[in-house]
Amino acid sequence: MPLKNYDAMDTCNSTAAPGATPEASREQLKIVIVGHVDHGKSTFVGRLFHDTGALPEGKLEQLQKAAERRGVPFEWANLMDALQSERDQNITIDTAQIWFNTARRQYVIIDAPGHKEFLKNMVTGAANAEAALLLIDAHEGVQENSRRHGYLLHLLGIRQVAVLVNKMDLANYDQARFKQIETEYRAWLKTIGLEPKVFIPIAAKHGDNVAALSAAMPWWSGPTVLQALDEFRVTDLPTHQPLRFPIQDVYRFDERRILAGRVEAGGIKVGDKLVFSPTNKISTVKTIERWNAPSSESASAGESIGITLTEQIFVARGAVAAIETDPPYELSSFKARLFWLGRQPFALGKTYKLKLATQEVECSIESIQKVIDASSLQTVTRDDGTVARHEVAELTLHTKKPIAFDVHNEIAATGRFVIVDGFDVSGGGIIAADNYPRRTHDANTKSLNIYWSRGKINATQREARNGHLGCVVWLTGLSGSGKSTIATELEREIFSLGQHVYVLDGDNIRHGLCKDLGFSPKDRTENIRRVGEVSKLFADAGVICITAFISPYREDRALVREIMAKGRFIEVYVNAPLEVCEQRDPKGLYAKARAKEIKEFTGITAPYEHPLKPEIELHTERQTVAESVAEILDYLQVQSFGSEISI
Amino acid sequence: MDYLSKLENQSIYIMREAFNKFENLAMLWSIGKDSTVLLWLARKAFLGHVPFPLVHVDTTYKIASMIEYRDRLVNDWKLQLVVGKNEPVLKSGVTYPNGKATRVECCGTLKKDALKQVLDKHHFTGVIVGVRRDEEPTRAKERYFSPRDKNMEWNVEDQPPELWDQFKTDYEKGAHIRIHPLLHWTELNVWEYIERESIPVIPLYFANERGERYRSLGCAPCTFPIKSNARTVREIIEELRHTKTSERSGRAQDKESEDAFEKLRRDGYM
Repeated sequence: MPLKNYDAMDTCNSTAAPGATPEASREQLKIVIVGHVDHGKSTFVGRLFHDTGALPEGKLEQLQKAAERRGVPFEWANLMDALQSERDQNITIDTAQIWFNTARRQYVIIDAPGHKEFLKNMVTGAANAEAALLLIDAHEGVQENSRRHGYLLHLLGIRQVAVLVNKMDLANYDQARFKQIETEYRAWLKTIGLEPKVFIPIAAKHGDNVAALSAAMPWWSGPTVLQALDEFRVTDLPTHQPLRFPIQDVYRFDERRILAGRVEAGGIKVGDKLVFSPTNKISTVKTIERWNAPSSESASAGESIGITLTEQIFVARGAVAAIETDPPYELSSFKARLFWLGRQPFALGKTYKLKLATQEVECSIESIQKVIDASSLQTVTRDDGTVARHEVAELTLHTKKPIAFDVHNEIAATGRFVIVDGFDVSGGGIIAADNYPRRTHDANTKSLNIYWSRGKINATQREARNGHLGCVVWLTGLSGSGKSTIATELEREIFSLGQHVYVLDGDNIRHGLCKDLGFSPKDRTENIRRVGEVSKLFADAGVICITAFISPYREDRALVREIMAKGRFIEVYVNAPLEVCEQRDPKGLYAKARAKEIKEFTGITAPYEHPLKPEIELHTERQTVAESVAEILDYLQVQSFGSEISI
Repeated sequence: MDYLSKLENQSIYIMREAFNKFENLAMLWSIGKDSTVLLWLARKAFLGHVPFPLVHVDTTYKIASMIEYRDRLVNDWKLQLVVGKNEPVLKSGVTYPNGKATRVECCGTLKKDALKQVLDKHHFTGVIVGVRRDEEPTRAKERYFSPRDKNMEWNVEDQPPELWDQFKTDYEKGAHIRIHPLLHWTELNVWEYIERESIPVIPLYFANERGERYRSLGCAPCTFPIKSNARTVREIIEELRHTKTSERSGRAQDKESEDAFEKLRRDGYM
């Protein structure tokens, strides 16, 4: 009967030590176990489980019997190797997580593989850990991956490390051999700035110095592995740092707009005045939203919450909220240390997707300062503008649009990023300190970057280049309803998002293109036809074209809709009661119309045919300009006119 | 922050990422404790709403009261339910326990294939599943966002790196992503959370007069109760703190051959 390995990792939740604190009040520490292939990680974990009472009933006996039947020596490592291919090859392929308890706390243990091929799995394991145990074979000594893993642990921000010099039984439990390895490895780690808490001599196979001190090494007066683990500290949530609240999504399940996200650093409370990067918009926290939880007017780091704002401003996924006085940097270039895991090298001249918190932006290498072999710490001399698989680099990255970030040492969650090549996360990095300028308040200095077509370029290429679709946002409504005000404000917002936008305004058009036209129904129809054609050209050119014309006739607007590609004509009914418009009368036209100085004036002496099915209807007698603009921006976002560019 | 809240906040984050990134998102609901906790976490994440359909793969061999419980929650919580069934195989009768299929073959057609059919039919590109790492060893190797190719196969040897909560959200056409928001929870965590939040769970989990309860729920012919006197959530928590047997010990399909379950999962089983 074959060994039933699929049961092997089942653990149980018994607490090993008598008098242990109840589960619910226990703290949990995530540790990763790294080291060169075959230096005994899985064996160590198997032994650790046994010694802490985490193995299910009869498991050990079952494995021992199975080994006996097969005529092979019993291996503690079998406990961790769940996959058939692992059992065939005797190597752990992926990181596996499993739990055990000491009197002090619960541990989640991540057994990271040591084979170089599986470095991405090691990184996955280590990136999620708070502390690390690094194993070195006493017999083989420090190997390639001992060094590489040490380097990556440091890069990933893990500062709590214990080094276990394993297989001491194969080195005759020799103190001199232990000291030799400690001296060599400690010196190497020092060059990368990592100082381990402790080096411990162990023989995992026999349990020496794992849970109990070893009789075979009477010279050892230091802690056991379990004691060393219990000395580690659980990472505190960064509640005392400046607030960083990256927006994950915007929900409108009812009439409220709820900004959802996780507080990554600091705290947030009702009444806080927030600045949102990258638009520099400011608003105030109105409520903190949770479901089936005690209501509270504040939240702190680690909490996934929602917020509502007092003033409606346009905010989408990727925006980062901070307290006005302490915002993140907002730039399109920064220095970083990066490790590369992709099959294809990270190369100068190629574009990639960069993900930082909830921001996604196109990026490329601006310059490479140096490429390092993480195992030897030698600078790679190959100077071809690439970072190859498993290499580490110090470089400057350029993003297509400015992004909000922090230096990793200051705020970790907004100081690290991953690079996506094609469909795959292929590298990760942390942002290095530098003399970055703090933001200016002029968010409108981005270049328009418009490319004019001379044939042979189609709409798709244009859209790919621009990162958004061209379309027409057609504002229609009475004079004084707010069309021009909304149009110019909307233009400013879209422009600051880095998108191409232009306003065709009714009054301006009549100065040139339509100066031959009057206000008779026939001339009005011709006016709108011309504007429709021009706006279509703008949309074809990839621009978001906003028009602000009364355009009173339904049929005229329908004709414009017809010449446009499906979905590219967005009719916005700027609805305000005649009395309100007449009271506003920004240009004094209503007064003139009432005084019969203007012959045909919409709403007074000429009809206005309101849209029957507009894409958007605004009520400007009760919506502010900002709310109206936000509603249009939301629509554009939902219709993915802007979704290729996340903010 | 206590550790149940840590687990909860992480799951909410993952679920919100999934909802933002996948246009055609669904959640598998097996009616068991895990996927019911998952459903509860969805309501936490979306502030009382469940903004995607729930898929129940119905083998027709489920314990009868599971279906009653399912339909009651669908009604009470206003859920959208999609039921997937492998009708051709059910008609042909090549199932377990009538002898025409082994347990594993039966799981393959009535669960795995039925799942594929329902995903294909509704073009779901993201599927939220309530598996946990501590349930069984192949699940321990899972990612939060785990890609499946167009044949629903899992390439366990070459999984995407997953760091700093940046997940795999880009994928080839035809592939789909399994999202596992409960991956880091243990069986005990699930019950502690059920207790803390007063989540209604199906009574099959509680001990009956004969001193038996279900610890893991599946199809009637392949799922067996364990001996237990735990009649309340609190008593289940106490029992789990001292147990030395594994959660899926009452699930017979896992045990048919050494790597039966691994094969099922590589082929697309949850």
